[in-house]
Amino acid sequence: MRRTLSVLVQNQPGVLAHVAGMFAARGFNIDSLAVGRTEDPDLSRMTIVVLGDDATIEQVRKQLGKIIPVVKIYDFTGENLVQRDLMLIRVAAPPEKRPEIQSLIDMFRAKVVDIGPKFIMVEVTGPEQKIEAFIDMCRPYGVKDVVRTGMIAIPRHPKSSR
Amino acid sequence: MGKTTSNSSPPKPPEDREKPITGSDVFIEVLRQEGVELMFGYPGGVVLPLFDALFKSPIEFILSRHEQGATHMADAFARVTGKVGVVLVTSGPGACNTVTGLATAYMDSIPLVVITGQVKTPLIGNDAFQEADTTGITRPITKHNYIVKEPKDLPRIMHEAFHIARTGRPGPVVVDLPVDVSTTPMQADAARAELNLPGYRIRTEGHLRQIKRAADAINQAQRPVVYAGGGVILSDASEQLRAMVHQANLPITTTLLGLGCFDENDPLSLHMLGMHGTAYANFAIQECDLLVAIGARFDDRITGDVSHFAPHARIVHIDIDPSSISKNVKVDIPVVGDAKKILTEMIKYVEYGERKKWFAHIDQLKQTYPLTYDNSGDHIKPQYVIDEVGRQTKGRAIVCTGVGQHQMWTAQFYRFSLPRHFVTSGGLGTMGFGFPASIGAQLAHPDATVIDFDGDSSFSMTLNELPTAVENNLPVKVCVLNNGYMGMVRQWQELFYGKRYSKSYLQHPSFAKVAEAFGAVGLTATRKDEVTAIIEQMLAEKKCCIVDFHIEREENVWPMVAAGKGLHEMSGLPAGTSERV
Repeated sequence: MRRTLSVLVQNQPGVLAHVAGMFAARGFNIDSLAVGRTEDPDLSRMTIVVLGDDATIEQVRKQLGKIIPVVKIYDFTGENLVQRDLMLIRVAAPPEKRPEIQSLIDMFRAKVVDIGPKFIMVEVTGPEQKIEAFIDMCRPYGVKDVVRTGMIAIPRHPKSSR
Repeated sequence: MGKTTSNSSPPKPPEDREKPITGSDVFIEVLRQEGVELMFGYPGGVVLPLFDALFKSPIEFILSRHEQGATHMADAFARVTGKVGVVLVTSGPGACNTVTGLATAYMDSIPLVVITGQVKTPLIGNDAFQEADTTGITRPITKHNYIVKEPKDLPRIMHEAFHIARTGRPGPVVVDLPVDVSTTPMQADAARAELNLPGYRIRTEGHLRQIKRAADAINQAQRPVVYAGGGVILSDASEQLRAMVHQANLPITTTLLGLGCFDENDPLSLHMLGMHGTAYANFAIQECDLLVAIGARFDDRITGDVSHFAPHARIVHIDIDPSSISKNVKVDIPVVGDAKKILTEMIKYVEYGERKKWFAHIDQLKQTYPLTYDNSGDHIKPQYVIDEVGRQTKGRAIVCTGVGQHQMWTAQFYRFSLPRHFVTSGGLGTMGFGFPASIGAQLAHPDATVIDFDGDSSFSMTLNELPTAVENNLPVKVCVLNNGYMGMVRQWQELFYGKRYSKSYLQHPSFAKVAEAFGAVGLTATRKDEVTAIIEQMLAEKKCCIVDFHIEREENVWPMVAAGKGLHEMSGLPAGTSERV
């Protein structure tokens, strides 16, 4: 089962290594991990998507809580979330295929951010299923590169817990 | 305790010129503010400014012969005093040599602050001379670690390190200190600093509703057992534990690290449980209807096959670390907090229960499966040595051990009655821990009788600390239970590998002569009838004394729960008692 944890951490040297190292040392599986600054310059937020059953997630939360620079842990399981992943994808786009690809881009409300003689680069944001679907739709044309941020998420009606 | 012997006093230095205050002076001042009077370590290139500042400091510094030894000494100092053990070593190899000591302390939740030198900040990451990624190496074996990159952060980080090490579930903290930080000019009053630990919140007060639920469960239980661990000692809760257990009338067993948290001579004591625990403790666990775990973590050496562990019991778990709850065994009534505070509260709600049937059954178990050994032959039995030392020290010595058979025999046959009197590496199982530990314990309690029961192989790993004991005039007593094997490895090879004693046989020097060469007293006992007198001689000795007991070579530790078996599936029970009562 995939679960989303949002973790506020102190902006300190080694904090990412500490969190990642704990996951590795205890054998927990990270599906994605996204880190960024917050409105408070002393704090960063990690959005971690974890695979595991309830007991595993409980341990993940407790072990995260033991890491000293971890300030707060939110478990978003069961909450109504706004989830976003950002992808940059480079797709083969010979001139004769471009109208087709453009209509695909329009359907996904994606955006062309670069264009060359053979490829175009597209920016897509959205929940993971949408991103995956866009990749699948692009495969017949030839996908050259995919870069994704990993999921970030925030609940619509926050009910926070540590 | 003399700091130096007469022939090793260094020449007097020239008078100090006025030197500006630097990071090193601030560092020493922080140690003073944190109450450090004694520390351990070994100098080296990038910590020379710190050692220079120490030169004038009243802090007593114990020079080990290897950084691992220094770390174990500080660890034992912490275990017997409850204070933070402090170690100062250099970068690279110095830091790497503390790794075993850090992991040992981490597994047993022992408060240490280990300061490692680091190359100067502009060189970090350049593979400089004696550079190692100390924070990277020590991250998984410390409660927390720091690298001081800005001089202004030094006092805050040092104070935080002490705070983190000693509070909550204690543990080792590493502070990696680049040499340019320790030489930076600083203000004289810079050593005070506010902690900045917004994410570090320790819950010490137990939740009252949970405490009442636990007390209710105890009051209703027909067949309860208390299982107490090292957390009781760390929290200095022995008195509260004794009071609670007596008030409710509960049989109690302890883990290896819990030995001494409850008087083993008390009729309620079931002694140690687990892989080499007593049969009566293990059977009681398997038959109980309520298990009250206090400051213990359901280690695999305790539970055996976890799916068969305490199958009929509801489980109460008192622990300060929420991540210990339901980690290995599903807990019915968790109480998170400090054992001392929780027990103090719980005493108000527990009631005396006679539990006649249960205690009669336990008495029968104790009579049927006593902890025993055959002492009829001519050879020296290791258990006999421990028994005899226990008798002559009235069970009140501070006892250290290495790891292996001798450690288990000590746990089984020395009857502990006082907390902070047993110093052993439980979680990590660090061979070689015992002898440096005895040095740290003796420094903490100069007038105490400190015994290191050691194995020949364990002692061989760290006997390089003999000069440390001798130069500090420490009268530690080492009883080497010498069977010429790595005894526990050999026992497993005998039982599970067809007696193929692969690489577990060692040729040793004469330990007595080794001791003498280092300026200690060395004795050897080869016959059973020598044991009593030689122990008397050892205990009367005012110097560091090593006694080499040539013991029965292939004696095994019984009873034993083989790996993967349930606690009730013990082998090596007394003859004719293989059937359960």
